[in-house]
Amino acid sequence: MTKVKFATTWLDGCSGCHMSFLDLDERLIELGERIELVYSPLVDFKDFPTDVDACLIEGAVSSEDDLHKVQMVRERSKVLIAFGDCAVTTNVPGMRNAIGTAAVLERAYCDNATHNRGIPDEIIPRLLPKALPVHHVVHIDCFLPGCPPQADLIWRVLNELLDGQAPAAAKLARFGK
Amino acid sequence: MNVCTLKIDGVEVVGTAGETILDVARSNNIEIPTLCHLDGLSDVASCRLCVVEVAPSGKLLPACAVAVEEGMEITANSDRLHRYRQQIIEMVFLERNHVCSVCVANNHCELQDKAAEFNLTHFDLCPVNPRLEVDATHERFAIDHNRCILCLRCVRVCSEVEGAFTWGVSGRGLDTRVVTDAGAPWGESDTCTSCGKCVQVCPTGALFEKGRSVAQEKPRRPFLPYLTDKAGVPA
Amino acid sequence: MTETSPPAGRSPRVTANVCQAAGCVSLRSVELSKDLGDRLQKAGVTDAAVKRVGCLGLCAEGPLVRVPETGQLFSEVGVGSEAEAALVEHLATADPTREPRPKPSSFFASQVPIVLENSGLVDPEDIDDYIARSGYEALTTALTEMTPAQVIDQIVVSGLRGRGGAGFPVGIKWQTVAKSTTTDHKYVICNADEGDPGAFMDRSVLESDPHRVLEGMAIAAYAVGADSGYVYCRAEYPLAIKRLKTAIRQARRKGMLGQNIGDSQFNFHVEVRLGAGAFVCGEETALIASIEGQRGTPRPRPPYPAVSGLRGRPTLINNVESLANIAPIIRNGGEWYAKTGVGRSKGTKVFALAGRVVRTGLIEVPMGMTLREVIFDIGGGILDNRPFKAVQTGGPSGGCLPAEMLDTTLDYESLSEKGSIMGSGGMIVLDDTSCMVDVARYFMDFSRDESCGKCIPCRSGTTQLRMLLDKIVEGNADMLDLSRLEELASMVKATSLCGLGQNAPNPVLSTLRYFRSEYLAHIKERTCPAGVCAIASGEAKTS
Repeated sequence: MTKVKFATTWLDGCSGCHMSFLDLDERLIELGERIELVYSPLVDFKDFPTDVDACLIEGAVSSEDDLHKVQMVRERSKVLIAFGDCAVTTNVPGMRNAIGTAAVLERAYCDNATHNRGIPDEIIPRLLPKALPVHHVVHIDCFLPGCPPQADLIWRVLNELLDGQAPAAAKLARFGK
Repeated sequence: MNVCTLKIDGVEVVGTAGETILDVARSNNIEIPTLCHLDGLSDVASCRLCVVEVAPSGKLLPACAVAVEEGMEITANSDRLHRYRQQIIEMVFLERNHVCSVCVANNHCELQDKAAEFNLTHFDLCPVNPRLEVDATHERFAIDHNRCILCLRCVRVCSEVEGAFTWGVSGRGLDTRVVTDAGAPWGESDTCTSCGKCVQVCPTGALFEKGRSVAQEKPRRPFLPYLTDKAGVPA
Repeated sequence: MTETSPPAGRSPRVTANVCQAAGCVSLRSVELSKDLGDRLQKAGVTDAAVKRVGCLGLCAEGPLVRVPETGQLFSEVGVGSEAEAALVEHLATADPTREPRPKPSSFFASQVPIVLENSGLVDPEDIDDYIARSGYEALTTALTEMTPAQVIDQIVVSGLRGRGGAGFPVGIKWQTVAKSTTTDHKYVICNADEGDPGAFMDRSVLESDPHRVLEGMAIAAYAVGADSGYVYCRAEYPLAIKRLKTAIRQARRKGMLGQNIGDSQFNFHVEVRLGAGAFVCGEETALIASIEGQRGTPRPRPPYPAVSGLRGRPTLINNVESLANIAPIIRNGGEWYAKTGVGRSKGTKVFALAGRVVRTGLIEVPMGMTLREVIFDIGGGILDNRPFKAVQTGGPSGGCLPAEMLDTTLDYESLSEKGSIMGSGGMIVLDDTSCMVDVARYFMDFSRDESCGKCIPCRSGTTQLRMLLDKIVEGNADMLDLSRLEELASMVKATSLCGLGQNAPNPVLSTLRYFRSEYLAHIKERTCPAGVCAIASGEAKTS
């Protein structure tokens, strides 16, 4: 049996959803029987492969880098799953949307800075005017809300997908805790 | 006693004169979702979650505010109503800035519960992202307008139960706000008795006790013995 | 109020009826009437009078002066203009006995004035002038010769339906209020909170013939057993309010309002209440809340105001135009009224004809006239001979009908069948320079701005609909957005609390029905066929 090429990645998030993924604990071994993890912040692959079967994407689309990344990931993945509240609703990264990018940068890099005051114009990717949920940028096949999505739920949704079923368990998820 | 028989979702039920469709449905274990309604307070019929289809006109009427009549045939749950209710909940989330994960009411929020109940995994429409203020001038309580859904329970409990008439409404459309003493900071209110009833009836984390962190604000409805919970059972 | 008049006892040979409604007043018709008086005096003309009257209808060509004795209408009579000189010459020399009466222009020829029968003829600030034209005759007849039930019968027979928009049969409303029992008061409210963009029917009636509305209210009060009434008028109508208050004062003095009206046992007191500029206060339950001093927001019906309205008492609410129809119905009988009109739509309807037509103005036509007749015969067709594109009726609650629908007759059923509504009488004509998506967005923006904020579907739905329309006119929408627009429009229509929200999606739904290709052009080709929406730059020319 060929293993499903599986990837996970993140955009603007806290990596908490990935921690929840690790909370699968011993079930990770069982999962390993069925998937081949081809790209993830949890493993050491440099490039996102071109033929991924399914990918979990955590975090909101906040910067130009995020934008390019999510478009690339979408192009190379058959099934893309918005993973966690930031990806689904923008959640905490979206709290800046009401305030405006300039004010946020000013506060972070000028008001509160102790060294090198000033808004960086290189190295740091430029912020988009608003943080966006991933499905407002690319097509998303399945939504898994939660901050973070509970490990049990991740387990059920992944199994549904691996069994070739429509991911119905995702509907049991809730925003927030 | 004036009794009438009617049908809700195909089930024959009996109601008495003066009872609303919601009363009769709940006493017969037929679920109709509500958000602005709270037993013990008057009804404003503003959230529209409880709209039901009343034959033969097919018009949608709020179950919380319409009295039962003999021979009514009511559809309280259908695919169409389910979709309308989903859209209503979605729009409430999007009109202000609801961030469940960092909210004092996380896990004790009626809006959050409703989203889960209606299987809302994401929103198709765009958020409005208004910039809204927090009034923390009161000694013990605060209001975060980012989380207010304008159910007006605070306004009603303040006038109908406490009799203080501190809470009111100002502005219109999306700029509508609940206000204390016609717009004065809460901490400067002359009429507020600091009874905290408004905080206890708030369905979301808009009204909360100071010093509470994420997920720590739990409504304590027994605080108000005259108010009853679902299905008329004293909370 | 006449500027000059011939010596007592002699009626003038000719009269210059100078329009003093808001449109002409804004073009200095008040100064004109003074100036005319001065000029006639200077010229030594003693048998010509200058009279201030209400709306003469053809607002596009104001200031207007009509000489009723000769039938001549003078338009664009500015102070010191050539037209004024010609008018003075006419007043000085015309001999009404020999002058051939001109054929009425096509603007007036097919109009049937019932509501506006006195408009432009009586002095709106003079009760005697109103009485001289059978004013308060209907009220006296009702009080002395008819029982309240007989009055209501005539209204039922007339087939009159509410002119405020919904078209509910007036007689049935009156019967319901009459049947409602109460321990003390019942109320009659005149809804003069006209708020549709482009609509000025009620304003014009109040400015031109306020006594007719008061007479209608008094007859209604007698019929349903009310003893107090309110005219709820928007504060943006200062001239209407002033004339209304003058009329109430005069009617009280004449014994036509107040205690023992016309020496009968009937008492009826009227007060004016001002609206503070909220569109939603035209909705009857919001209007009642506003009169009570509450926040002007609607409440669910039932109970209807006819059963429990102002201060919990049975309350009759009719709009200005409905009430202005009452006196002629009682004077001439319900059957007379029912002869005009078509099907279940009887009588006439006043429209404020506006937009891209040659002759804009206030018109009154029999129900059953076609849109084509109104726009092309009365309105004189489209400005600059451009092609007709659509006609918008019913304001932000109505819809847009395309050229294929021009033969639709003006009656409640036909209009709603075609996806528009009769509404209160706003009629805006659009030519090919209008983008229908942009028009829909304009009305949605109006509804969003005027939403009271009470119920979620209207408060949030109009905002979301507006955001989706923005996306379309900016060229950033896809087909999914279009289906979201349609789904959301039906949801807001079905679930909103009051008429404002329930009807707010109509402009979107009707333009989607008849002008879907324009939506598709914005979405698929990213072009605006009318060239209104500046899609390339991402910003629209109109706001």
